[in-house]
Amino acid sequence: MTHLEQVSPAPTRPIVIEARGIHKSFGALQVLNDVDLVVRRGEVVVIIGPSGSGKSTLLRALNFLDAPDQGQVSINGCPFGFTMRDGKAVAVSDATLSAQRRQIGMVFQQFNLFGHMNVLDNVRSGPVHVLGHRPVDAGVGARRLLALVGLSDKETAYPAALSGGQQQRVAIARALAMEPAAMLFDEPTSALDPETVGEVLNVMLDLAAKGMTMVIVTHEIQFAYRAADRILFMENGRIVEEGCPAAMKESPKHERTRRFLGKLTAGA
Amino acid sequence: MWDWGTFLHYIYSPYLLGGAAISLGISIAAMLIGLVLGLIAALMRMSSRWWIKQPASLYVWLFRGTPVLVQLIIIYTGLPQVGISLGVVASALVGLGANEGAYLAEIIRAGIDSVPKGQFEAARAVGMTWPKTMRVVVFPQAFRIILPPLGNAFNGLMKSSSLASAISMEELLRRTELLVQVKFKVLELFCVAALYYLVLTTLWGFVQSWLEARASRSVPSPFRTAQTATSININSAVLSHDAS
Repeated sequence: MTHLEQVSPAPTRPIVIEARGIHKSFGALQVLNDVDLVVRRGEVVVIIGPSGSGKSTLLRALNFLDAPDQGQVSINGCPFGFTMRDGKAVAVSDATLSAQRRQIGMVFQQFNLFGHMNVLDNVRSGPVHVLGHRPVDAGVGARRLLALVGLSDKETAYPAALSGGQQQRVAIARALAMEPAAMLFDEPTSALDPETVGEVLNVMLDLAAKGMTMVIVTHEIQFAYRAADRILFMENGRIVEEGCPAAMKESPKHERTRRFLGKLTAGA
Repeated sequence: MWDWGTFLHYIYSPYLLGGAAISLGISIAAMLIGLVLGLIAALMRMSSRWWIKQPASLYVWLFRGTPVLVQLIIIYTGLPQVGISLGVVASALVGLGANEGAYLAEIIRAGIDSVPKGQFEAARAVGMTWPKTMRVVVFPQAFRIILPPLGNAFNGLMKSSSLASAISMEELLRRTELLVQVKFKVLELFCVAALYYLVLTTLWGFVQSWLEARASRSVPSPFRTAQTATSININSAVLSHDAS
């Protein structure tokens, strides 16, 4: 087991996400090997690492889209996805898990907007279909969020008519509509045309400035240096190194981290 | 000799028109039964638990693998031997409905499979339960995909409903046969029956086109995003491979 020093700029803030000893395998392939992650309120954690290092799987384990094989996740101190019964961890029901997932927003690489709903209906889909709010009431909050991501003029458009960057901003608004305690971003700009990457990153910077707790998997290293409170470098299913952006940028401890960052910076 | 007089006379026969109405009625009823059975079977086959999945697979295998005519005869003529006596109409509905359900199960499953996996995940991530995910996100999008094959299935069902004549269900074909036995106008009467079937399937063709146009009007190509995203994904996979 690797014990990593938890570097946090504000160690006194309450913990929002706590993952301990996460293991995950797909068949014979071990993707996550005993990973710990603690994210405090308002913190922006960026996870970097080569393809196949397990960073997306870690993110998906946090909201049980890929349930961990072993290990525990807690959100705001409450166990997530499992419950203790007779001293053993037991998976919770679909309804309970769905209710717990409301606390965490997720943004996908492929946006995954609901293709048969227009922009406004996408954004209010959570409040309407999960929380049972009236569409009219949910529309108020949804329009406020569309304004936040700069897409007020697109509320009747269907996803297919939007650019990738616009779709991703709608997806961010859709996740925010559930007023989550934390937001997970799974390579949010990897599927975007270069010219629309900036508009999505700007929305994310804006969110970070507003104090949103965020965990971001990305290859955008300049964004990471700018937005992150903490950067994690993952390889082979483990967190190899973590530190504040300045430390990671100037003096990464591990040779692998140095080489990876060197390549990312050279490619940028 | 072909007798136009007889042909034209029986085109307006209330007896045969009534038969056509019965054919249409059992087709609609069997389709509804088939839709319910097909939806249940399709959902059961998506389960990861064998004891949910296997019975549905057995049902589909059994009913797709045997002729519907044999199924009808077994249900109507054979089952009374083990104490299950269904009437003519009930036998026809059970046989045609169950057979249709097996085919529709495949169509519905293909439709659900065609909805990108990301749609499920996004719905789950927003906090929707599995049933809600299916109802709010998956079914509306799958419906557009399955509408054309569903329409074709109903077209086929209207024609195969004539098989119920073999168990003495008094629908269009059976009534035609009964009339032939009295009037001895074989060709003319069966041609009237054929014409009725043709009218039914043609009218349905119009309804089907209208339904499909309506369904595609409400949503401008929802899957284009997914496709574009996939091609971009390949690029980014290549890029990130370079990065490592």
